[in-house]
Amino acid sequence: MGILTEFPEMGRADLRDFKKGIDETFRLFTREYGESIENFFYPLLKFLGWFERLIVATPWPLMILILSGLVWAGSRSWGLVFGTIFTLLVVGYLGMWEDTMFTLALISVATMLCIIIGIPLGILMSKSDRTQSVITPILDIMQTIPSFVYLIPILMLLGIGKVPGLIAVCIYAIPPVVRLTNLGIRLVDKDVLEAADAFGASPRQKLWTVQMPLALPNIFAGVNQTIMMALAMVVVAALIGVHGLGQEVLKAVNNQYLALGMMNGLAIVAIAIVFDRVSQKFGKRLQKHSEVIHG
Amino acid sequence: MASQGIEVRNLYKIFGPRGKDYVEAVRGGMSKTELNEKHGHVLGLNDINISMPAGQIQVVMGLSGSGKSTLIRHINRLIEPTSGEVLYEDTDVCKMSDSELLEFRRNKTAMVFQKFALLPHRTVLKNTTYGLELQGVAEAEATERAKRWIDRVGLDGFEDHYPNQLSGGMQQRVGLARALTNDADILLMDEAFSALDPLIRTDMQAVLLDIQQELQKTVVFITHDLDEALRLGDRIAILRDGAVIQQGTGQEIVLNPADEYISDFVKEVNRGRVIKVDTIMKPEKVIADAVTIPSGSMLEEAAKKLTNASAMSANVVDSSNAVIGTITIHDTIEAMVTPATH
Ligand SMILES: Nc1ncnc2c1ncn2[C@@H]1O[C@H](COP(=O)(O)OP(=O)(O)OP(=O)(O)O)[C@@H](O)[C@H]1O
Ligand SMILES: [Mg+2]
Repeated sequence: MGILTEFPEMGRADLRDFKKGIDETFRLFTREYGESIENFFYPLLKFLGWFERLIVATPWPLMILILSGLVWAGSRSWGLVFGTIFTLLVVGYLGMWEDTMFTLALISVATMLCIIIGIPLGILMSKSDRTQSVITPILDIMQTIPSFVYLIPILMLLGIGKVPGLIAVCIYAIPPVVRLTNLGIRLVDKDVLEAADAFGASPRQKLWTVQMPLALPNIFAGVNQTIMMALAMVVVAALIGVHGLGQEVLKAVNNQYLALGMMNGLAIVAIAIVFDRVSQKFGKRLQKHSEVIHG
Repeated sequence: MASQGIEVRNLYKIFGPRGKDYVEAVRGGMSKTELNEKHGHVLGLNDINISMPAGQIQVVMGLSGSGKSTLIRHINRLIEPTSGEVLYEDTDVCKMSDSELLEFRRNKTAMVFQKFALLPHRTVLKNTTYGLELQGVAEAEATERAKRWIDRVGLDGFEDHYPNQLSGGMQQRVGLARALTNDADILLMDEAFSALDPLIRTDMQAVLLDIQQELQKTVVFITHDLDEALRLGDRIAILRDGAVIQQGTGQEIVLNPADEYISDFVKEVNRGRVIKVDTIMKPEKVIADAVTIPSGSMLEEAAKKLTNASAMSANVVDSSNAVIGTITIHDTIEAMVTPATH
């Protein structure tokens, strides 16, 4: 009756060989392709580096001006503009200006990357139920698997640096854009689509004149979530060598510096709130005329 | 170029994954209920044959679920037929390739929808130019052509409004302007006025008749309302369970309903506005000094003229004022009140 109290495990030696086999194979793969994969991501590295240097080198008054301009363009709200300026001044005064800029650069590039990859993927997904049923579980895994787990292969492949950090952030942050692009397109009113068909819209014309514009509020909600999730990954990204507020937080954790940790943590929160409010206001503005109201 | 007529021939539509397999059974007389119960397929259209007249309004009428929307969507092939033909200018719409079909939809047809189906993110003007934009017409020209129809349907000044800022009646005016701007030969209207209040509805019918007099498009108009059918239709086809059970002019249908279903429909109709004096006139000799009534007048008008003149009878005259028959007030009123029996 031993089988009921003791789980029938795989033999210890077999298990060890099994794990070893996988590790060895991946290591071989890394040795074989690591360099070409690194080369493949080189342009990304160049771009991120350039963007970081640009933002950090921009004089702070100019930077505040640019950022408040963007906030105004997105939200049309003076309250938000002043809130943003105030936040930036406080963050700068407390000595976190440069780190904040690094984090801003990372989040911006990660969001751009997520949009560039995520929206086409979402469109593809909306076109066929089969694609949807393949991609959905992958997205589920990306969102639920502990991020440290996929850090391992990324580290083995690319080592420590900005690009692996960026990739880790994107893996975690991309699912909402993909999901909500897909959902937004699928939710477009069938009657309106039929009208487009009746007037002779080709599939491509339908996508650009009807589906994308009407899905935009949803897509934007996805982008908003993506930004939030990217910010949540800042500390993890710092673990593998990305500059910014995240590294200060790590330093604070390692040395038990309470004030340093709190300040940098709150700076991340402040950025998150600004991003969130601006993109929500922008999303609302997009939605204004898209609601169908009869009568 | 004048609009051509549309020939619908032996058209069947069976909804379901294996519709084709059951066409023979339906031809052999299987009913909609039987097909649904035994094979789980829905009979949408059953052997439809209609010659829709060129430059006139063909009304298709029937109760909910009778297949009206299914039929009209076959004309621009928004629904694929199971078997049969839809001929326009000697080409079968059902056999067109994808690109031919796109061209056909862009250039030959325009559609107005029951629920308006406007593009909510576009202004009235941009909705109206939508068809032209798909055709690749330059923006300046498209705007100019659209403006004309926006004015014509009475939306002058609303060009920059969004659909959700307009009332239902105004939204459907946009729907109409959008369809007319395309300048297509065929105008497809699926219960276009059904969602509107009665007054606005009558108003829109007048707008349509007025425009039709000028343009003479081949219009296919769907309705479940007999008064609307009689007012607009040059010809009327009545559907039940996907089959045509009677077609003809309004008067033919009101005078000789083919079965119980149709007599139920026509019972409540104001016959005085449907039946022409020609139907009841007797080829008797000219009455001296009597009232004259033009041929083609409706009974109601004739009765009004007779009572106004306190006359018992009148002459019916043709367009050259020659007398072609006579009517009496008795016959007129009798024809107006006799309910159609089957
Ligand atoms: N895609 C479909 N799949 C299965 N059955 C359908 C489909 N579309 C329509 N039908 C069925 O075909 C029949 C005709 O429907 P249709 O929409 O043409 O009716 P209708 O005369 O336009 O009715 P209404 O006045 O309600 O608009 C109905 O029994 C309907 O249930
Ligand atoms: Mg219908």
